[in-house]
Amino acid sequence: MTELVRIAENRQELVLNMGPHHPSTHGVLRFLVHTDGEVMSRAVPEVGYLHRGLEKMAESVNWAGYMPFTDRVNYLEAMFTNQVYAMAVERLLGVEVPERAEFLRVIACELNRLANHFITLGCITMDLGAFTPFVYLLRERETINDLIESLCGNRVTHNYMRIGGVAHDVDDDWLRHLEKFLDHFEPLIEEFRALIVGNEILVRRMAPVAVICAEDAVAWGLVGPNLRASGVDWDVRRDLPYSAYPQVEFSVPLGRDGQGDAQSIAGDCYQRFLVRVEEVRQSCRILRQCLQKLPAGDIKAKVPKLIKPPAAECYAAVEGARGEIGCYVVSDGGPKPYRVKWRTSSFSAMSIIEHISPGLMIADLVAVIATLDVIAPETDR
Amino acid sequence: MTHIERGPEGGYAVGPLDRLFNLARKHSLWYLLFGTACCAIELMQTGGPRADADRFGMMFRSTPRQADVLILAGTITYKMASRIRLLYDQMSEPKYVIAMGSCASTGGLFQKSYSVVNGGDLFLPVDVYIPGCPPRPESLVEGLMTVQRLIEKEPWLKKAWGKLPERSDPHLPKENV
Amino acid sequence: MEAVEIKNLLQQQLGVDIEWCSDENGVGDPFAVVPAEKWLEACRLARGHEQLQFDYLRALTGTDRPEQEVIEVVAHLFSYRLRHPFVLKTRAQRTQPVLDSISAVWPAAEWYEREIFDLLGVDFRGHRDLRRIMMPDDWPGHPLRKDYQQPDDYHGIPTSRPRAEEQAND
Repeated sequence: MTELVRIAENRQELVLNMGPHHPSTHGVLRFLVHTDGEVMSRAVPEVGYLHRGLEKMAESVNWAGYMPFTDRVNYLEAMFTNQVYAMAVERLLGVEVPERAEFLRVIACELNRLANHFITLGCITMDLGAFTPFVYLLRERETINDLIESLCGNRVTHNYMRIGGVAHDVDDDWLRHLEKFLDHFEPLIEEFRALIVGNEILVRRMAPVAVICAEDAVAWGLVGPNLRASGVDWDVRRDLPYSAYPQVEFSVPLGRDGQGDAQSIAGDCYQRFLVRVEEVRQSCRILRQCLQKLPAGDIKAKVPKLIKPPAAECYAAVEGARGEIGCYVVSDGGPKPYRVKWRTSSFSAMSIIEHISPGLMIADLVAVIATLDVIAPETDR
Repeated sequence: MTHIERGPEGGYAVGPLDRLFNLARKHSLWYLLFGTACCAIELMQTGGPRADADRFGMMFRSTPRQADVLILAGTITYKMASRIRLLYDQMSEPKYVIAMGSCASTGGLFQKSYSVVNGGDLFLPVDVYIPGCPPRPESLVEGLMTVQRLIEKEPWLKKAWGKLPERSDPHLPKENV
Repeated sequence: MEAVEIKNLLQQQLGVDIEWCSDENGVGDPFAVVPAEKWLEACRLARGHEQLQFDYLRALTGTDRPEQEVIEVVAHLFSYRLRHPFVLKTRAQRTQPVLDSISAVWPAAEWYEREIFDLLGVDFRGHRDLRRIMMPDDWPGHPLRKDYQQPDDYHGIPTSRPRAEEQAND
């Protein structure tokens, strides 16, 4: 007995390298895990393995020509990054986007939110060991890819929005396809719930793991579902309205103690998971309302052929699938941007991991990365 | 080159051993689950239900020790290049590299960027280049099938054992190799 | 509170003149520039003062301005409670840029400051762990500067592809 006690007290810290290539699918992220056995003393994230210099590339292309680059800032939320860049430049130019274009933007963005949440929810369950929900959601995502492909020509990296509006119009056929997809998909949300949401193994691995309290979430700059799961009721679509969102109704899910499972606490991994599942339902609701309310009209305002905004600067923000995406543009009056800066949610989410990791186990680190929904292109740009 | 003959017990086929081995190898290509950027999403969709790569016998493996194909899916940065080289060195022969998409082939959209390597072939030997940004799952499957066609023609045993016999008279009986 | 009122409050509390830039037609965002030695104090005030309560640091950006010989550091602030935004700037000398770190005020600033250090070369005094974040540790230079020149190769990997004419002659 004394032998066992002596071995347990003989602690030695091991630095374990996790990444940049690892079985989880969040891209090239690396963690230096300082651990003694299974329990970590801290996990230090290392990023930059996908730093492509997107902010510097802006200084060598035209204002309008930067749009394809905005897709690559976050390829799973390409519509949102397109929109926020277009909004920032439109604010500088003083251009008003026609109403049909605003509704088309909202439709494109909510479809993108659905597609993104499919991957996020699928990856959360896959990282924790359940492969089936991921494949189910990939199948639904293929239908969304088809819809978006017939809208703008590409399945990923869409380049759909333009400064002043959108690039392509939709016809009744497309709207009917969208409605058919919504009719097909909404019952499947219940199937997904029945399949995995209440699964004992999933719940025990996520509740109550890695609780982030509301003060920490705000101080470390968390946004989106991560922030709402910690109990802070903030959504840019509702609180700083933009585009056509004032004309649609939707509710914003929040994390709460005991929601979904008695042991779950607001701010733990399970609440972050549940908030995203509910957001999928709300996106379908917004899409149905947009289908009803889509007005006729132009899809793009008149902007000059060579865009030269006045020498000023502007910060625009949208509520992307992962949270607030902000674009800060600085113009010096010339045809190329002087500085473009992307404020992305994964950057802040990665920075908080070192702060919450002491005391977690290595298996919990996987749950934390998956539910904080960090991906490499957003972190590194 | 395979000679098929029907016989009293049903039939038998005679052909080079290379063909048999290559047939087995090309229908069980395991690729490394490795993707850096947007092409990785299309790689995942290729493994998904519609453009199912599993029907070709292709499974994803997380460790390079068990993989045959390294699909460079996405942009390669200088910081990542040495890690990719490590992954490639850990794979055992015979191994193949597919550069998927513009970024892995030539640097793509990011050629002028300060931190992007202009193509995987600057530090790795690449076998197949797939254009696209990102390539559709069908293009990736075409690229994998090109690797299969490369494998079909590989003369392993011919190089290892084969010495072609002298053939001066075509009517002399053929010797066993 | 309106942006100009916030600026007046800051000016009164700090006791120095704050440069105020606001377009009369309302184009773009107005911003306030505090001198570098008052940067940390201004940020503490922005976070703690009961009429300001800027609890959310939206973004911390660095911009190289070679024509003015400064590197600008821009903080976009927002208050969830009082719902007002603000843009606060400061300027560091371009030759030896040094600023105080504000990671004690907003922990979110830690990684933003590391990024500004990596890509622009600004040294932040008092930062817990100031090292490169995006580029490899042995990378020469600071890429986001306007006069940055790319090296010809990095550990043997050339930084440009051979042109088509050269390849044809091989």
